[in-house]
Amino acid sequence: MCGIVGLFLKDRALEPHLGALLTDMLITMTDRGPDSAGIAIYRADAEGRSKLTVQAEDGDTAFAGLADKMAAALGGSVTLSRNDTHAVLHVPPGQAEEARRKIRDLAPDVRVMSFGDTLEIYKEVGLPKDVAARFNIPSISGTHGIGHTRMATESAVTTMGAHPFNTGSDQCLVHNGSLSNHNSLRRKLQREGIHIETMNDTEVGAAYLTWKMQNGATLGEALEASLDDLDGFFNFVVGTKDGFGVVRDPIACKPAVMAETDQFVAFGSEYRALVNLPGIDDAKVWEPEPATVYFWSHEQTPKPNKKAA
Amino acid sequence: MQTYDLEASGLRGLNAALHAQAKDTNQTAWEIINPKGSHAVAVGLDAPIEVTVKGSTGYYTAGMNKQATVNVQGSAGPGVAENMMSGTVIIEGDASQYAGATGHGGLLVIKGNASSRCGISMKGIDIVVHGNVGHMSAFMAQSGNLVVCGDAGDALGDSIYEARLFVRGSVKSLGADCVEKDMRPEHLELLRDLLERAGADAKPEEFKRYGSARQLYNFKVDNAY
Repeated sequence: MCGIVGLFLKDRALEPHLGALLTDMLITMTDRGPDSAGIAIYRADAEGRSKLTVQAEDGDTAFAGLADKMAAALGGSVTLSRNDTHAVLHVPPGQAEEARRKIRDLAPDVRVMSFGDTLEIYKEVGLPKDVAARFNIPSISGTHGIGHTRMATESAVTTMGAHPFNTGSDQCLVHNGSLSNHNSLRRKLQREGIHIETMNDTEVGAAYLTWKMQNGATLGEALEASLDDLDGFFNFVVGTKDGFGVVRDPIACKPAVMAETDQFVAFGSEYRALVNLPGIDDAKVWEPEPATVYFWSHEQTPKPNKKAA
Repeated sequence: MQTYDLEASGLRGLNAALHAQAKDTNQTAWEIINPKGSHAVAVGLDAPIEVTVKGSTGYYTAGMNKQATVNVQGSAGPGVAENMMSGTVIIEGDASQYAGATGHGGLLVIKGNASSRCGISMKGIDIVVHGNVGHMSAFMAQSGNLVVCGDAGDALGDSIYEARLFVRGSVKSLGADCVEKDMRPEHLELLRDLLERAGADAKPEEFKRYGSARQLYNFKVDNAY
């Protein structure tokens, strides 16, 4: 089943409350998927540095001295802020992707959750309330974020099987549904040299978008192409550096509700997830159309991009 | 008037109280406050009572309804009035997917738009949508009437049996074996009554009628892949 929530803030006064609002929305969706949960938050580093978010089972060992090793490898200053099983490495601006490449050698036990300028992904096995509490998500401020609570259908319940999935610099994907051609697509993408870690169907969806974008597609074009190349049920919500996008498969069995006010744009698998947002009673509430790519960003006005089913 | 605070007192208590109403109950008017998108609000009712829901609801609102009148003063989630047998369900806002699915009787009125699969496998229910309906509406519809005052999405009436479909606006595409049919005097009469009962401001003459071409009733090799 799975539950998805997303919140994009237009009103900067709400930014200190982003983590708390998203956590409340995600906990409401617990009974759509209680086995693992994750949240992607977008917030700028005060000094404008880029970020690599990493995870390790044994953070005491894995994170010890990691900042110094990374600083030496990158040739610039690096700091590490630990948050339970996760840590954010703050690296010199624009060096997040380089840091992601280097970390495989520097710390083979550490797993990369995300890289980019503003994106941080926190995800673990467990109920949304427990996952949010262990990372203290309600205290995190930010411009926009996405949350997911998982009911596993296609692969094991593990940290790496939890959503959101990082698809590229400052990009992430969450998914409600199941892809039925993920095995053949995984083989195809692996032949193309795309790194895929698990047997999870959504990771293949994320890798597909990454591959499309590596070959010159914009995120919007990649999402449109996914309507042709992915077989199965999907509601995707994708996070980008300055906004988020939504796309549903042409059959659109999986539920989706959106709400917009002067202060925010919100996405929920169900209306229940949105009921405690400020001013929801006067919000414009609607269901996104099937086979239609929607984007909201701080840089441009929303423009749904219709593709014939 | 009985008022029930769903947030404070819980769903089971609400449905138990509504189920306890006999056909000669004195407590005929109920108001439900703080629904906040809850699932299964006022399901399985079987008494001539009037239930008003002050706000939007989640899955399966007023499912399996008999006799009762349920009015949602907001929007309803997936499967509203699913398998309704009799009575009236009125949604003041929009309805999500498969509204009125498998309904056997009664009247479902949606004053906003309905999403995909409205009236899927309907079996005698009357559904009047003031706005538009989404794709695959009236899929495998068996009997009853679906009235759409706005537009219909893709594949309207796919694999339809004997339900009647009336659409005032455009139809994006017709599903397999669904065709436009003549509007005869008895259909105008039927439509006039439905529009009136649903409080819809539309004239029967503005609608087109669609129904089954009856070409899928028997096996034909041309239909096989």
